[in-house]
Amino acid sequence: MKIAVLSGKGGTGKTLVAVNLAAAAKESIYIDCDVEEPNGYLFFKPRDIKSEKITIKIPIIDERLCKGCRKCVDFCKFNALAYINDKLIVFDEVCHSCGGCVLFCPEKALTEKEKIIGEVQRGVSDNVTVITGILNTGEASGIPIIKKLLSDTSAGKGLTFIDCPPGSACIVMESIKDADYCILVAEPTLFGVHNLNMVYNLVRLFDKPHGAILNKCLDGENPAEKFCIEKGIQILGKISFDNELGTLNSNALISVRENMKYRDMFSALLQTVTKEVRHETAINP
Amino acid sequence: MKIAIPVDEKSIESSVCISFGRTPYFLIYDMESKKSIFLDNSAAASQGGAGIKAAQTIVDNNVGALLTPRCGENAAAVIKAANVKIYKTINDSIIDNINALNEGKLALLDDIHAGFHNHGGK
Repeated sequence: MKIAVLSGKGGTGKTLVAVNLAAAAKESIYIDCDVEEPNGYLFFKPRDIKSEKITIKIPIIDERLCKGCRKCVDFCKFNALAYINDKLIVFDEVCHSCGGCVLFCPEKALTEKEKIIGEVQRGVSDNVTVITGILNTGEASGIPIIKKLLSDTSAGKGLTFIDCPPGSACIVMESIKDADYCILVAEPTLFGVHNLNMVYNLVRLFDKPHGAILNKCLDGENPAEKFCIEKGIQILGKISFDNELGTLNSNALISVRENMKYRDMFSALLQTVTKEVRHETAINP
Repeated sequence: MKIAIPVDEKSIESSVCISFGRTPYFLIYDMESKKSIFLDNSAAASQGGAGIKAAQTIVDNNVGALLTPRCGENAAAVIKAANVKIYKTINDSIIDNINALNEGKLALLDDIHAGFHNHGGK
């Protein structure tokens, strides 16, 4: 079962939740899809790392064959091609690698070259297989890396936690596309509610079973909790605003591996989550 | 020589558009015959790469110069490949800028920005 952890903004506790739930499980896979700034590996410190480069395909032109018909320029809806002074110019960083220009070229003047945009690293940290996507700085889209990250586990039957990028853009959609369940992590502020609403709309659009974990809870009013009750979002658990937990986390330690108190807390949360997922997959197979 | 200016409306009395790639219209102005043509900018609604497509349009209209308040690096690469000069507009009046070009008072645009959309069509 694949469980995606997401939130509308950074810093709400996606990684805290995903890392600790994965560590609390007997055996699990943790996938860091936040390819622009992956940080789960900082907690897991995985060993036996195997790295694989990820490439995309970018068109290149054979100027001897190009007759300047501009079919490729007109086709490209991302405007990655221009035809100037009898020469085709390709803007690699604007290209979305759809391959349409190559198909449309009547002179077969366009072919594709491989361009490295990042890598996928797999390693092991005790009971957790850690898979990290890394997008090279300056590259436009991490989606090819996320596709690779998630294709590897599609056959996996174990428990998989997907640590999503923040927000609700394409890169998050790609990360939750094949998830069986989505955990929305939220902060107890009005700003937190705004961001929770973004991911709530997203998981509804994708028709994904979901529940919320309320992080950094304080005594008193919790706007995120109010929002969940109003919208009928299942609250899976609450994590209090806790100095000790925050300190462990900011020292890149996995709290369930450091303190029985947190092991119990996240184990209970894991039990709630897996029960929910089983329930959801039973009624919506 | 023909010149191109991104403009807000189809009138020489209207103003210079702040955006090059996503301007609604281009004025193509002939400095000799003083004739104006207004083109719809088909790039305005592009998902990405608007600057590249807009630059292709003005190059295809055989202009010798582009007058614009600013220009992104992809658009500038296309325009420079076509040996079209890019001048920086002095204010938002179309006529003031045409006059300034005539009098040799316009400076070349040298602060090409790196784009506002994280590398084009994301």
